[in-house]
Amino acid sequence: MSKLYSGAEIVFKCLEDQDVEFIFGYPGGAVLPIYDELKNHSSIKHILVRHEQGAGHAAEGYARSSGKPGVVLVTSGPGATNVVTALTDAYMDSVPLVCISGQVPTHLIGTDAFQECDTTGITRPCTKHNWLVKDIKELSKTLHEAFRVATTGRPGPVLVDIPKDIQFAKIKYTKPKKEKKSNGKLHSNFSQEEINELVDLIARAKKPVVYTGGGVINSGPEASGSLREFVRMIGFPITSTLQGLGAFPGNDSQFIGMLGMHGTYEANNAMHDCDLLINIGARFDDRITGKIDEFSPKSKKVHIDIDPSSINKIIKVDLAIVGDVNEVLKAAVKTISQKKNGFKNSNKQNVSKWWEKIEKWREKDSLGFINSKESIKPQHAVQRLYELTKNQDTFITTEVGQHQMWAAQHYKFNKPNRWMTSGGLGTMGYGLPAAVGVQIAHPDKLVIDIAGEASVLMTMQEMSTAVQYNLPIKIFVLNNQYMGMVRQWQELLHEKNYSESYSEALPDFVKLAEAYGCKGIKADNPDELDVKINEMLEHNGPVIFDCRVDPNENCFPMIPSGKPHNQMILGPNDKDDNKITGKGKALV
Amino acid sequence: MSNPKSAYNIPTKTSKSSTHIIVVWVDNEAGVLARVVGLFSGRGYNIESLAVAEIDATKNISRITIVTTGTPQVIDQIKLQLKKLVPVHKVADFKREDKKVIFKEMALLKVVGNRSKIDKCLKACKTFNPVILDKTRKSVVIQITALRREIDKMNKKLKSNGLVSTSRTGAIAMTRGSQIFK
Repeated sequence: MSKLYSGAEIVFKCLEDQDVEFIFGYPGGAVLPIYDELKNHSSIKHILVRHEQGAGHAAEGYARSSGKPGVVLVTSGPGATNVVTALTDAYMDSVPLVCISGQVPTHLIGTDAFQECDTTGITRPCTKHNWLVKDIKELSKTLHEAFRVATTGRPGPVLVDIPKDIQFAKIKYTKPKKEKKSNGKLHSNFSQEEINELVDLIARAKKPVVYTGGGVINSGPEASGSLREFVRMIGFPITSTLQGLGAFPGNDSQFIGMLGMHGTYEANNAMHDCDLLINIGARFDDRITGKIDEFSPKSKKVHIDIDPSSINKIIKVDLAIVGDVNEVLKAAVKTISQKKNGFKNSNKQNVSKWWEKIEKWREKDSLGFINSKESIKPQHAVQRLYELTKNQDTFITTEVGQHQMWAAQHYKFNKPNRWMTSGGLGTMGYGLPAAVGVQIAHPDKLVIDIAGEASVLMTMQEMSTAVQYNLPIKIFVLNNQYMGMVRQWQELLHEKNYSESYSEALPDFVKLAEAYGCKGIKADNPDELDVKINEMLEHNGPVIFDCRVDPNENCFPMIPSGKPHNQMILGPNDKDDNKITGKGKALV
Repeated sequence: MSNPKSAYNIPTKTSKSSTHIIVVWVDNEAGVLARVVGLFSGRGYNIESLAVAEIDATKNISRITIVTTGTPQVIDQIKLQLKKLVPVHKVADFKREDKKVIFKEMALLKVVGNRSKIDKCLKACKTFNPVILDKTRKSVVIQITALRREIDKMNKKLKSNGLVSTSRTGAIAMTRGSQIFK
């Protein structure tokens, strides 16, 4: 007879069989049996966070930068409710997470027991699926299924709720069986006809644009390779969503910058005027489309996505290809290269006029800003950070707000999985714990959280985690003393009524860093910026960098909400209307 | 909205809504109905009626029949979102006008009154397969099966003849002929 294992042991057996190396978690009454078992499993390292939300975001950073699912372990009640924000964030941005939560013993469920909550009820709308394990016989099957659901198709978070008595109960352990059929939840059954149609559209396009999203990143590094091959082959301009940055090199001449609300002039105008729009792994989010009725009115639209429910959800498309991005792109590249009529060259000719137009738009230099000698401009700070770090393999996380957009605009990513940001949910406080997770996955790489002072204070406690595990993360705070994006919207849309967007009584970040036992650096004039940044990079340990920037700077270009892509507000550098300020800025 | 301050405020062109009957085959497990219903409420779809019961005890399959109204785009989304749920096996969608499909709803009507009122009610129900389930000198419980709008009509009509209580199921559906939905 084979050995009997406790539920807690089975949890670890499953994690070992899933090749899990790290768990991000926080102990509590209802998960104590699992924590008790931790010492017997040396291949799995537990990272103790300071708040369960931090565990969730750290696991997200780990997952996004490594391509492996992030694992979170929390207790019942408040442990589970604290992780809800991170689960929702992962759900919106399609990040694979497996969250294991403790639950009160089965016989106490429903009695309003101490630290009881309806965890599966609360997390049902923010996970791909969740399970309450009420029978020890179901435990190993459920955990393996959880990993399968989290990582297949469009990835996302799942949660397994394990009552304490189940963690103590004993049973035999059976290894997971080979993948059975996927119950129709995997969708990569596109046809060659669809690929032919795509190639045909490509051949006929005169004003095409490729619009890529996080799906390319989620499809794995190989997909980025296929994307590069595909785009170089067809010679089309390519733009990317926030989540897709890095799939195509940011400094490549074919890349026309990010699109959307704070995208470049050339990218948004190309989207508006194009005659063929190829969406690869993006979802027509409202920050991208602007006004739906006037979104890319003259184009044939192609949508490549692994999630059938993304197709026609917002924008009706002419050709939908449901499948894994990499598979579709590989098939497209193959089909194109099989064509005998020298298609490659002839098509680049087709689009040369289009490129001329794009170059005209490019001349606007929509990301430009008026630099200053007195104060540090936030854009300048990001540019300097980029210049001083571009020669090493750098991982960037961000919080949410102006600094996030400046980072997306001015930091150029050349590889996938180097850019971790909360796009869908827009979670302030994401970046610091995410940086913790990224550094865990890549201990020898440079990890920087480009942060805002308001955001970073939401999860500042995780500095303590970074110090505990010796994670040399760099928190680069663009400190403008405002919730900058809120202030900007108030300036442009609410008659400069800066209601509650100024933070009084901010902490001294240098002293705060020292209090956590790490290094604090402060820079408040442009001359010392490079020196200070280098000081940060040279320090072997976590750093909080308080970069005091111009508090009144706005993030441009900007498509005002509800406007189409060709009506952008450009920055103060725009030659046509550089005298106009504030809300009177003319629409271009 | 004349001066929208946010993209969220902008209504897009709406196409015409129509009523559909969505049939969902699911694993009969704890919480599955909550997942299906939560999807509808969470995404702002409406449910006009809902019928659910286990149909295969060995395979543990339940069949959920939902009547909903929406634009073609919304109906498409409902189907695609339902198919993404892990315990969902298949999803069928029928238009209410579809002649190839039978839709039925059952209602129990309690009528209290004298003989003539009860007889009037029974007569009115004649076309809807009335079955008398309980009868006393002063009351009767009639079971009828009919379309939703027919039951609505009866419900109104019988009020004056002593109808005191109505209980009705949601619609259920079945295709005509030998085919089944795969």
